Amino acid sequence: MTMDNALERRPNPDDLNDRGLSETQDERVSYLRAGHTLRSWLLTTDHKRIAILYLISVTLFFFIGGAAAALVRADLLTPQADLLTNEGYNRAFTLHGVIMVWFFLIPSIPNTFGNFLIPLMIGARDLAFPRLNLLSWYIYMLGGLFTVFVLIAGGVDTGWTFYTPLSSMFSNGHVVMVAVAVFVVGFSSILTGLNFIVTVHKLRAPGMSWGRLRLFVWAHYATSLILVLATPVLSVTLALVAAERLFGLGIFDPKLGGDPLLFQHLFWFYSHPAVYIMVLPALGVVSELVAASARKPVFGYRFIAGSSIAIAIIGFLVWGHHMFVAGQSMYASAVFSFLSLAVAVPSGIKVYNWTATLYKGHIELDPPFFFAASFIGLFVVGGLTGLVLAMLAVDVHLHDTYFVVAHFHYIMVGGTVSAYFGALHFWWPKMSGRIYPRIWGRLAAIFIFLGFNLTFFPQFILGYLGMPRRYHVYDPSFQVLHVLSSAGASILGVAYLMPFTYLFWSMRYGAPAGPNPWDVRGLEWTVPSPPPKHNFEEIPVVTGPPYDYPLEREGDQGEAGDAAEGNAAEGNAGSRA
Amino acid sequence: MENLAGWASEASAHAASVDRLMLAFTLMMVALSVPVFVLMAVFAVKYRRGRTANRAHPVNRNVWLEVSWAIVPFLLTVVFFVWATKLFADLYDPPADAIAIDVVAKQWMWKFQHPGGQREINELHVPAGEPVKLTMASEDVIHSLYIPALRLKQDVVPGRYTSMWFTADRPGTYKLTCAEFCGVDHSVMGGSFIVMTPAAYERWLGQSQVDDTLAAAGAVLFRERGCSGCHGPGATVHAPPLTGLYGRPVPLEGGGVVTADDQYIRDSILLPQSQIAAGYPHIMPTFQNVLSEEEVLQLVAYIKSLRSGSPEGMRQ
Ligand code: HEC
Ligand code: HEM
Ligand SMILES: [Cu+2]
Ligand SMILES: [Cu+2]
Repeated sequence: MTMDNALERRPNPDDLNDRGLSETQDERVSYLRAGHTLRSWLLTTDHKRIAILYLISVTLFFFIGGAAAALVRADLLTPQADLLTNEGYNRAFTLHGVIMVWFFLIPSIPNTFGNFLIPLMIGARDLAFPRLNLLSWYIYMLGGLFTVFVLIAGGVDTGWTFYTPLSSMFSNGHVVMVAVAVFVVGFSSILTGLNFIVTVHKLRAPGMSWGRLRLFVWAHYATSLILVLATPVLSVTLALVAAERLFGLGIFDPKLGGDPLLFQHLFWFYSHPAVYIMVLPALGVVSELVAASARKPVFGYRFIAGSSIAIAIIGFLVWGHHMFVAGQSMYASAVFSFLSLAVAVPSGIKVYNWTATLYKGHIELDPPFFFAASFIGLFVVGGLTGLVLAMLAVDVHLHDTYFVVAHFHYIMVGGTVSAYFGALHFWWPKMSGRIYPRIWGRLAAIFIFLGFNLTFFPQFILGYLGMPRRYHVYDPSFQVLHVLSSAGASILGVAYLMPFTYLFWSMRYGAPAGPNPWDVRGLEWTVPSPPPKHNFEEIPVVTGPPYDYPLEREGDQGEAGDAAEGNAAEGNAGSRA
Repeated sequence: MENLAGWASEASAHAASVDRLMLAFTLMMVALSVPVFVLMAVFAVKYRRGRTANRAHPVNRNVWLEVSWAIVPFLLTVVFFVWATKLFADLYDPPADAIAIDVVAKQWMWKFQHPGGQREINELHVPAGEPVKLTMASEDVIHSLYIPALRLKQDVVPGRYTSMWFTADRPGTYKLTCAEFCGVDHSVMGGSFIVMTPAAYERWLGQSQVDDTLAAAGAVLFRERGCSGCHGPGATVHAPPLTGLYGRPVPLEGGGVVTADDQYIRDSILLPQSQIAAGYPHIMPTFQNVLSEEEVLQLVAYIKSLRSGSPEGMRQ
């Protein structure tokens, strides 16, 4: 395998402590070594370095949000209010939601892996606006640090949904400050979205037609459209909440002549599309992981590419499914219910397409495959329970219960976070230049999957039994299920920490990866690992479709297995100049 | 664990229907998803890299397979959509003879007023087998009245009336909670929903301390707050008579006609400038911040009781 060849290139493969000597030629000229000062990182305009900045900061916020979750789960071990006060509990889950949604889930995959990979996948040397890209990171950090500051100053207790008039007139937390932080980070989303859109339009390599874009790029293109179109609505809504709170302008509070449901319409007009901001990039990642694991063209490429765009558009038309019992008209609810059920169908078909991609593939059970498979399993459960919630009579029962909590965690944590870790494991050798021990990757994936299900599956049952969400004090008869859930959460917490040990280990002791350690197709696997500062020595000319793995046609059954081994090793022949 | 009965039992026929729907849908979910899981596992083993297997692909795609895995799940969901929407539509169609109980939510308690004037806090008593309609108002933020044993909830939104109706048919004590996050003590804003046999309910009504029926309490307010000075007999200003108002179409200034329902009467009292009855001067003062939601509900009950022919409220 290529990995072993790469190992041979190490000057002194046995001396693991001799880092300098073990540095490969590729590493010496890579983006990682292009400048060693802090300044060279903080003022970089290289999309790959900015991706690393995001990787570090986004992961940091994931752990801050995770700490808040740990507090919430620890408190829920008992039905009484013991660990936290009622107020403290409300602040803890609000902090968890705000940080996870705006400072982890939304930027997670696009700003790290999108940033790193889009130029490499379309054959470009950088994004269209490298300086804007850096600015976007600074805005993100500004918003993030401001949130941490508010946390130290006492926090907020409205929930991440900021429903009025609770948030605008009644809550006594720092609502305005958090609204400012989310407002600020919105600009980071908008700038990144714009940058991706222009990049995909303008910087594709010769021959890289739209029909040859990788599905990862299609998914990010669709996501960028939502980022640019939906985020301003959230910004305006939060500004209105702040205006009502600070100046008593009557917008949402009926006592001032406002309408509280107006807030919900505006908020979900942003936030339902925002859930697709969180999940579309993950769908893109999984399409890549599945094709790479099976070493086969993705089944139904056109359908998957088109459905990303379709989901982005229809996603704007279903926000009312969050308001079935809020007092919206029955006819509006019926329409929103129907559209929500309809939008699920393309997502469902993607799952069937991935399964079909595995059929007759050459499947390697590497960590990326484990993460992709757990993504698919959890996403299916999350999506189907979304259908449960979209059915009107059932949602009347389940709205605002733990069932909803379980549903969206299956999609956003089971789905997006699994894809985030899957992407990290798949592209880590490309980003760092080193290989990590695969067995640890597989174990981490398995522990994450088990811990996740133990944490969140009991919540479906809690919800159907009627336990409302955002409850600090609860009926003792629910305790068993809560204890199971907290036990699962502790497994999950440890499992999420595992990759950091062996990935750090690999940076020093891992074997050099070589350009294509997984033996897969794609432009990013044609450049050295880690890539040089300007990605491509010569801009590649693309001559073939993506995922051009050989397909055995009827008649050559006999040598099927070996033929593929041989072909795959040649790398991405079709897209080389 | 036996306490779970207060949450999960089916206290109405509607609850049983929702559970049936959920069960059928669960079967469909299993049917649609298990093949995916099984096939993924089978393929991962059978087509492992390096293993010899028949990997020959037919030259033509199987179009029917692709079309059918799009159409079949879609048609199945349409069936469930129709089923669920039908059940939901029933919730908007309360029987005319339902017992009208008022609900006022405030941080962090539930207050109930029965038509006979009986009041209770965090407990709601209803008779089994008789339809009950709740008219709900909030004094502050959004709350949501959730009775899991009925599989029903409805947000209680400040500034408007929302409503919910049901026929509970199994006597017992069930949970009643707030489902919409409403601030510090949200999780303790709950109590009991008590379904009694009609005879026991009558006894309970009789035992409860009552000053006045709702409508009578409203009549007192109507005099004390000065409504009768304009709307009552012998008033000197030009204000519309309220007798027979309920349920009647009202022409509005600037065109348009609305039906005088609970919401319209509430708005007329609290936001009089928002809808002016055609042909009258803009002199009615607002009673916002003067009357509590409970008092407004009493006035509404009083105005509803003024059927044509009753003497009070007549002018000219
Ligand atoms: C200063 C005189 C005045 C007082 C006091 C007053 N109203 Fe009115 N009210 C009016 C006038 C004039 C109208 C018609 C114009 C309008 O719709 O605002 C009216 C309209 C109404 C309507 C709508 C009737 C329709 O036909 O559309 C209702 C209901 C009503 N008032 C109830 C009350 C109640 C209850 C009170 C006491 C809490 C009250 N009013 C006190 C003058 C008054
Ligand atoms: C398969 C399509 C989906 C359908 C039909 C669906 C349906 C729904 C419905 C009806 C609700 C409202 C439930 C309620 O509050 O009563 C809901 C809540 C939610 N969904 Fe989905 N969903 C789908 C996919 C997704 C995806 C892809 C994500 C995220 C990436 C997501 C994230 C959420 C979140 C965050 C909430 C809860 C918001 C809150 O109240 O805090 N859903 N979903
Ligand atoms: Cu939604
Ligand atoms: Cu509440």
